[in-house]
Amino acid sequence: MTPAEIRAAVIDILETIAPDEDLTNLDDTKEFREQMELDSMDFLDIVMELRKRYRVQVPEEDYENLVSMGSTVSYLEPKMAGIPAE
Amino acid sequence: MYDSIIIGAGMSGLAAGIRAAYYDQKVCVLERHYTIGGLNSFYRLRGRNYDVGLHAVTNFTPPGAKKGPFARLLRQLRMTWDDFGLSPQLMSSISFPGIELQFDNNIDLLRSEVSREFPSQIDNFDRLIESLIDYDDLEQKHFETSTRERLEQLISDPLLIEMILCPIMWYGNPRERDMDWGQFCIMFRSLFLEGFARPFDGVRLILKKLVRKFRELGGELKLRTGVSKIKVENGRAIGVILDSGEELTGLNILSSAGAVETFNLCETEENIHAHTTGQLSFVEAISTLDKYPRELGHNKTIVFYNDSEKFHWERPTDDFCDIRTGVICTPNNYCYDEKDGDLPDGVMRVTALADYARWRNLDKVFYPKTKNNWFEQIQASAIRFVPDYRPHVIDTDMFTPHTIHRFTWHENGAVYGATRKWLDGTTAIKNLFLCGTDQGFVGIIGSIVSGISMANQHLLVRS
Ligand SMILES: Cc1cc2nc3c(=O)[nH]c(=O)nc-3n(C[C@H](O)[C@H](O)[C@H](O)COP(=O)(O)OP(=O)(O)OC[C@H]3O[C@@H](n4cnc5c(N)ncnc54)[C@H](O)[C@@H]3O)c2cc1C
Repeated sequence: MTPAEIRAAVIDILETIAPDEDLTNLDDTKEFREQMELDSMDFLDIVMELRKRYRVQVPEEDYENLVSMGSTVSYLEPKMAGIPAE
Repeated sequence: MYDSIIIGAGMSGLAAGIRAAYYDQKVCVLERHYTIGGLNSFYRLRGRNYDVGLHAVTNFTPPGAKKGPFARLLRQLRMTWDDFGLSPQLMSSISFPGIELQFDNNIDLLRSEVSREFPSQIDNFDRLIESLIDYDDLEQKHFETSTRERLEQLISDPLLIEMILCPIMWYGNPRERDMDWGQFCIMFRSLFLEGFARPFDGVRLILKKLVRKFRELGGELKLRTGVSKIKVENGRAIGVILDSGEELTGLNILSSAGAVETFNLCETEENIHAHTTGQLSFVEAISTLDKYPRELGHNKTIVFYNDSEKFHWERPTDDFCDIRTGVICTPNNYCYDEKDGDLPDGVMRVTALADYARWRNLDKVFYPKTKNNWFEQIQASAIRFVPDYRPHVIDTDMFTPHTIHRFTWHENGAVYGATRKWLDGTTAIKNLFLCGTDQGFVGIIGSIVSGISMANQHLLVRS
């Protein structure tokens, strides 16, 4: 997957977790929690959805990489490079 | 071999099951009763639908709200606001002799009532609201401090303290007399800062949606399937033995049967002190009327009443029931959708405190007689606070602590479970976890959130 495809995949996950959020103006450089109402349970859901959908494992010590869209995509890039886009 | 075995198909067990199944686990929910729901089930009698528990779904927040337990559970269960079909309450009250505080789903009404009846206390009341612990900051160490002591520090009029405690203890205090501060904060938020609502079709709507979701995701629900033992090897739970004798193995076991009840199922020396067993149980006198309560001039959703200045929250020790205090619920008095209209009949439900042991010890002849006798007394107590509906009663039903025990197996028929809570859900036995009432969140929304969070922490994240 390219970074753009990974971003789209993460957006899709966010839409599933928080269907009431408007994500069209999401700023990739800002933290998710500044822009959306995400609590710790929702945050874990991102990790678990990644595992469910793409078999990508995010160990607990890496959670800090998932604070914003930008950092999430860079963190996932090497892990998801080999996954074909849908 | 299951990834997760869940004991109990009440709100918490079903919610936990949905989470596990959603994340592709092989999961089963085992329920001893022939139907789902546990403490909040439903039944049909002489052609009418009854709910067991539901007075009000607490924690109500309107569509689009992103904060609070209700919004959180919708996101976690991948359900929509409409799935719960909730209609908000009209207005409720806390009624003591000669004084009443009304409240609805906007805290402003209760604030203005407090400032009218207790003008010197409104700043104290605001300070109380500010000092409530947030749901996410609940930790065992502040959880167990005394609510009465806290309130005495904040509020200087003892009558206001009793009036605040009455509804809050009624809707979620497992302890006698005093309450854990953590539990108080949870309940204060869920009653006054969030609010009351009800699905037009009652609790069956919520339960059916939960079960459908669980099954669609591949979960297995087994009714009439009681767990008689939890198998423990080297301090680790490895599976369950069913009432039928059949054995099932699982990597993790999550139980909503109650803490003491669950430990009693374990083949282990580990035993917990009986004094944590809850003592508080209820009777409920349900009347069907030939008129709508509003036609009798009754427009309130719930009335929490107490007939003296002091509120007594304890198991009756010298009689079957204590009818000095009670809760009167009128399921008709919600803002239902116009397309639904009103319920088919007028209904008044009155709950009173009751002593489990006394009810259990009655024989077949005296049990129904005692029920009839107390039905009359409970109604007579309630009509001091609502219009006299007795001439309009066309059908009745009543459940007792014995009924609650018989259909949910909770010790003492204790509706809010043990007097201490297991907030992190872990037990002395590895791979065995608790959810629901004894984890710490009670009520419909509370127990669903409990099931979700315990499934997340113990069934999903660690695996
Ligand atoms: C009279 C009454 C009024 C209430 N009113 C309200 C209200 O108005 N609003 C509100 O929000 N809440 C209300 N509640 C509280 C609410 O119903 C409960 O807090 C909630 O349903 C608890 O859910 P739970 O999943 O924790 O437990 P339960 O519903 O008790 O679930 C446990 C399940 O485990 C099963 N089980 C037990 N032992 C075994 C075993 N060995 N093997 C297999 N299965 C087993 C039981 O049968 C039960 O189905 C009321 C409760 C009662 C009784």
